[in-house]
Amino acid sequence: MKFTGTQSYVATDDLKVAVNAAVTLGRPLLIKGEPGTGKTILAEEVATALGRKLIAWHVKSTTKAQQGLYEYDAVSRLRDSQLGDAKVQDIGNYIVKGKLWEAFDADVAPVLLIDEIDKADIEFPNDLLLEIDRMEFYVYETRQTIKAKHRSIIIITSNNEKELPDAFLRRCFFHYIRFPDRETMEAIVAVHYPGIKQDLVREALTVFYEVRDVQGLKKKPSTSELLDWLKLLMAEDIAPEVLRDKDPAKLIPPLHGALLKNEQDVHLFERLAFLNRRQPR
Amino acid sequence: MFIDFFLRLRAAGIPVSLREFLTLQAAMQAGLAEYEIENFYYLARAALVKDERFLDRFDQVFGECFKGLVSEGAGEDPAAPVELPDEWLKKLAEKYLTEEEKSQIQALGGWDKLMETLRQRLEEQQGRHQGGSKWIGTAGTSPFGAYGYNPEGVRIGQHESRHRKAVKVWDKREFKNLAGDVELGTRNIKVALRRLRRFAREGAASELDMAGTIGATARNAGYLDLKMVPERHNAVKVLLCLDIGGSMDDHVRLCEELFSAVRSEFKHLEQVYFHNCPYDKMWRDASFRPVHAVPVMDLIHKYDPSWKLIFVGDASMSPYELKQPGGAISDWNQESGEVWLKRLTDAYPKAVWLNPVPEPYWRSTMSIGLVEQAMEGRMFPLTLDGLDRAMHRLMR
Repeated sequence: MKFTGTQSYVATDDLKVAVNAAVTLGRPLLIKGEPGTGKTILAEEVATALGRKLIAWHVKSTTKAQQGLYEYDAVSRLRDSQLGDAKVQDIGNYIVKGKLWEAFDADVAPVLLIDEIDKADIEFPNDLLLEIDRMEFYVYETRQTIKAKHRSIIIITSNNEKELPDAFLRRCFFHYIRFPDRETMEAIVAVHYPGIKQDLVREALTVFYEVRDVQGLKKKPSTSELLDWLKLLMAEDIAPEVLRDKDPAKLIPPLHGALLKNEQDVHLFERLAFLNRRQPR
Repeated sequence: MFIDFFLRLRAAGIPVSLREFLTLQAAMQAGLAEYEIENFYYLARAALVKDERFLDRFDQVFGECFKGLVSEGAGEDPAAPVELPDEWLKKLAEKYLTEEEKSQIQALGGWDKLMETLRQRLEEQQGRHQGGSKWIGTAGTSPFGAYGYNPEGVRIGQHESRHRKAVKVWDKREFKNLAGDVELGTRNIKVALRRLRRFAREGAASELDMAGTIGATARNAGYLDLKMVPERHNAVKVLLCLDIGGSMDDHVRLCEELFSAVRSEFKHLEQVYFHNCPYDKMWRDASFRPVHAVPVMDLIHKYDPSWKLIFVGDASMSPYELKQPGGAISDWNQESGEVWLKRLTDAYPKAVWLNPVPEPYWRSTMSIGLVEQAMEGRMFPLTLDGLDRAMHRLMR
């Protein structure tokens, strides 16, 4: 059982090694990288490739570690007690399982995605240390210990907004998704749009990497933006010649809105293109 | 050998712990490296490095260790031909060769002949590779390099792309711009400045904790139990002094990035500008018009010592500008820059100076040393590392 990428996901060699190491040793895999390089998708693809269930836990700034384990719904218990409901006697009725519990409970070890862990409070990863390490936790209300039936495959993504604590990092495997080079990018495009014209891809990638090379862009376009743009190009049926065409009258690439997400970037790009035009040929 | 690798990583300042080292060993035992150097590199990287800032350093250390491995076999003289472990190659080739290719080998004169040719080739290769390259014939001396090499049409290994990629992966140093000691972009700097954010719940209780109250009331079987929490607010106040103009022009762009990053991080942020060195006046605006001038004494009175003072400047000037009354280049100053600097650092115990000039060059400019002295050593380079250190210093 090895992860080797899927029909719809191109995994580089180093990524494969990292995923397989994490799966084999049952350690969490921490994924970082530029936005739009397919961090979250990876978990889905690993789940598909290995035939496991995916449990996604999307972390927000208000998410607490406890919510991943379980929550005690005291409010509905209070209501039930006032209505004289019989089930109020058993506190277990008011324990709501969290994503981690769900993953621990599964009969086949699932893939658990903890998405954007850096969004949460700084203490969040620390609070999950033991739970992720031992794959067990204790429910105080019912005095039971929940143990994982199988070690889940845990994939954690981070956008680098906060530093993660060392103790947490030590327990993970780490992979930084590099921005794909042209060759890999061509493979990625081929996987997503199998029927696409080769010359369109070639021209589009040239334009794309040119845009990425512009100094001072606030947000560089990434893989997901390239894919969107290509989709648009195909939908509008734009000929490859239009992209190749260095016609000075057309300053910026067609449908640039898919690549540049910021009006300052568009302005900057227009200015640069304008300067280029004035250069004597 | 692995222990040595581990120690070298630690010596290079990569925070690897024993636990991670054992993880790597466990992974190796599980056969994850598949006895291929490239996979071993990826595996070691995933297991030992946990921050992209250290990836570049890791690549360097890995390279060094790998080279060490090679020269062990080569003895004292790195140019000496290396004894290739025949069994190693044989085993590997047997694994990949088809029957047809094996018979071809026989046609060439058998294994011994092939190995002979291979050695010759490798020596030639080495000759060409010597000189500037750190990798004295990567493909030549290393038994692993032979893997990517293609003698006599016999391909040891897999398909072509391997040859192009082998060994080189860590030598390319693709993560160079993620290393902690390069200059910053807006994004890096935001990460570091977040250190300054202190979402401290401090002071008196001032807010009704709705969730807490409901929870406590429910636990109390319906008797109301009010809970209060202190209000959450950003306690960090920053007075930012930016050096604009003159020798700073090179660094203006970087400063602007720092500045734009800072702006979104703090609620209380004041910035003033100065030229080369703070004297009795600073300016609210980078145009240095007299209308925007503020006496430094007013600043000191207005902002209490709980403010954190951050200078951004290259501190490169003539020593007179710092030492001599009247030494300023733009105005007449009654007291020397050093006196004003002292006054400011006395007023604000939490102060740092961020210098865009790379740290190794500090010794070559006298005034940088003087300012550093005046700041009692609290000068940090404007890199992610330097910023981290500066923020730590401010939070102490």
